[in-house]
Amino acid sequence: MAKGVKPRVKVPKSASAGDTITIKTLISHKMESGQRKDSDGNQIPRSIINRFVADFNGQNVIDVTLEPAISTNPYFQFDATVPESGEFKFTWYDDDGSVYETSKTIEVN
Amino acid sequence: MKLTRREILAVGTGAGVASLFGMPALASATDDLIAAFTGGAEVGSGALALTAPEIAENGNTVPIEISAPGAVAVTVFADGNPVPAVATFNFGPLNPSRGASTRIRLAKSQNVIAVAKMEDGSFQRAEAAVKVTIGGCGG
Repeated sequence: MAKGVKPRVKVPKSASAGDTITIKTLISHKMESGQRKDSDGNQIPRSIINRFVADFNGQNVIDVTLEPAISTNPYFQFDATVPESGEFKFTWYDDDGSVYETSKTIEVN
Repeated sequence: MKLTRREILAVGTGAGVASLFGMPALASATDDLIAAFTGGAEVGSGALALTAPEIAENGNTVPIEISAPGAVAVTVFADGNPVPAVATFNFGPLNPSRGASTRIRLAKSQNVIAVAKMEDGSFQRAEAAVKVTIGGCGG
């Protein structure tokens, strides 16, 4: 597992039914592209997050495939509609097999 | 072997043509990827919006935004990067605007190209030229 990986997600605490809300996600990860060389001229092996998925109550909102061209600390902002109260689940998949998860609940009234 | 004037001209022209085709060879890697994504179908434009800065001071984090109402998937390419593929966004039923924004790396000044697959199976394309002051590769 890469060190110091910390997901951060911003979801509004409440919304009206059918509202469109904006979600911002950020995960700290160095996203080593596999193109860089260290001071001895050896290639630094690729180590990135290759997939990000956001679900709401089991329904998919967005599913992103990441390539090395995504910046350090991958950031995503997107919209979602919330038909009812529930839980957003965010999952990041690392090259080394680790999976980082976080979730946020939202109240719809 | 002594080269005649005619042969020297021929060799020179050959080298010139080769250097001319050096750049398109890079760009065609992107075209190949786009063709693989679209399956060779015709690509229109208009419904997909790609927002990127005209000038990016730091190629390590270039903010981009895509917006394609009615799209099921959007793929982003950077034709001047060592690896042209940047990201693929697949949109679920709960994403109304079918848009997202993120930050990408660009190695040098180049075109950022987005291709969207729409719900009806057609394809849309958008392109933005970005000037990069400090490249975002190597280091």
